[in-house]
Amino acid sequence: MVIIKTNALTKSYGKIQAVRSIDLNIEKGEIFGLLGPNGAGKTTTIGMLCTIVRPTSGSASIAGYDVIGEPAQVRRKVGIVFQDPTLDTVLTGRENLELHARLYGVPSDIREKRITEMLELVDLKQRSNDVTRTYSGGMRRRLELARGLLHRPAVLFLDEPTLGLDPQTRARIWEYIKKMAQMEQTTVVLTTHYMEEAEQVCDRVGIIDHGRIIALDSPDGLKESMGGDMVVIRVKEPPLEKIRALPYVSEVRENEGALEIITKEAHLHLAEILSMVKNVECVEMRVPTLNDVFIKLTGRDIREDSIEDSGSWVESVARYRQRGS
Amino acid sequence: MSEGRVRKELMGIYAVWWREFKVFQREKSRIVSSIVQPLMWLFLFGSGVGASVSVSNINYQDYIFPGILAMLVLFGSVYFGLYIVWDRKLDVLKAILVAPVSRISIFMGKVLGGCTDVTLQIIVLFLFSFLFPSINPWGIPLALLLLFVTSIALVSMGLALGSLFESLEGFQVISAFLIFPLFFLSGALFPVDDKLPFWLQGLVKLNPLTYAVDGVRGVLLNIHVFPFYVDFIVVIFFAITMFLLGSVLFSRMK
Repeated sequence: MVIIKTNALTKSYGKIQAVRSIDLNIEKGEIFGLLGPNGAGKTTTIGMLCTIVRPTSGSASIAGYDVIGEPAQVRRKVGIVFQDPTLDTVLTGRENLELHARLYGVPSDIREKRITEMLELVDLKQRSNDVTRTYSGGMRRRLELARGLLHRPAVLFLDEPTLGLDPQTRARIWEYIKKMAQMEQTTVVLTTHYMEEAEQVCDRVGIIDHGRIIALDSPDGLKESMGGDMVVIRVKEPPLEKIRALPYVSEVRENEGALEIITKEAHLHLAEILSMVKNVECVEMRVPTLNDVFIKLTGRDIREDSIEDSGSWVESVARYRQRGS
Repeated sequence: MSEGRVRKELMGIYAVWWREFKVFQREKSRIVSSIVQPLMWLFLFGSGVGASVSVSNINYQDYIFPGILAMLVLFGSVYFGLYIVWDRKLDVLKAILVAPVSRISIFMGKVLGGCTDVTLQIIVLFLFSFLFPSINPWGIPLALLLLFVTSIALVSMGLALGSLFESLEGFQVISAFLIFPLFFLSGALFPVDDKLPFWLQGLVKLNPLTYAVDGVRGVLLNIHVFPFYVDFIVVIFFAITMFLLGSVLFSRMK
């Protein structure tokens, strides 16, 4: 059953087209990842699906409700975890959930039970009566996940759920996301530019660049579309032409002093390839990553674009004070 | 609108009000400082000027008590409303704004939250009223009502301005060019009579806060320029205007 459907969904800001004619069908129960560099249009797309951003043209529906015509119904059906923290740091963890439950009209007779259930799910019951100013970054994210799922939304949107967290915490957050999606039977749509992480959680990913979806498949499917394994050879004078002529090599290119080769069954052909290259500095052989897929499709490394923009210093100071850490 | 929908909106208004009330309870230092300032006006400024001045045959401190109540309402309400600039900067509002509750309900919750804060502060200030012998305690309920309506107007005005400004720099400008003129031109500290220069009289009479001060002074000290019903009508009209303006601007806020 299709739960999210978009049809030529487009958003322009003046002359800049942030999102260009996106067509998506997302199935119920899926964990769907929108991957792409910063500024690719991920957040804008999510914003339109959550009715925060008004589409310039095209349409989208969630659980059968139109995002333009029936925003109130759509809002009731979705949960959102924003990129930037939006917890009320003056309130306790439980109070944040109480506020949210009331705003979403969770009936009072089940409110307390549901809040306790969600606090347990993200392992925050012990700290639920502490003001969230005292929480660590990971705890805040977990509480936001709990808040997003509190009203049993059909779809949970997560915009860069692991941004700004250390690698260990990031891994835990993904575990929670998987666990919660499963227990709550919620469809999850997330954005991230951590390709490796998306690979592990998502059932399907859409790669988005300059506002357009340029690839859409399961992580394995995308990797298979590369046409083989990756062999990276660091070498001074790469014999590009000679290697390109080999029958089993599907692609060769030079990237920052390294020879990148995509070939079928690399383990069988590695010896022959190496015999053609002189003065090899180092060799790496691997199954392609989503980052490799991204490079192949766009010619750029996603990480080149990923210098995190933390906003003006005033905002940084404000956030710092808010976090009180 | 269906009954279920109305109930959900009411729950939303209550949720926002509840949040504001929790914040109010937690930020004790803010409450203390907001009470200390009017007390300084009453006891330090009032005693100083009162040593050589009396108005309408009563103690100057007693005379300005209603004016200082209005000052507390003015500063407390407008700053409460402007605070949403800060909330927006910190994205606290974002999570509330995406909830399935209409903007106008969120606005109403905010207004009621601000009015509750201010009214509680006013009640604390009234506890000191026994120190001012000319004050008629039986006038307090009516004074509270008038000040509550005034705070609806001023919280709405603060929220309206807060919806327009994106940065905190606006605070200084609003303080200097709006809040202080409203205060000084309200007759809080001096009587509005024919001794005033012509231009000043005009400005004072244009200021809606003048009518709040006059009404409160009327019920507490029986000194007034306008009949009470005139004061009340002007203040109600001020509140309705600001509420409508504020709800429109708040709904359009990005």
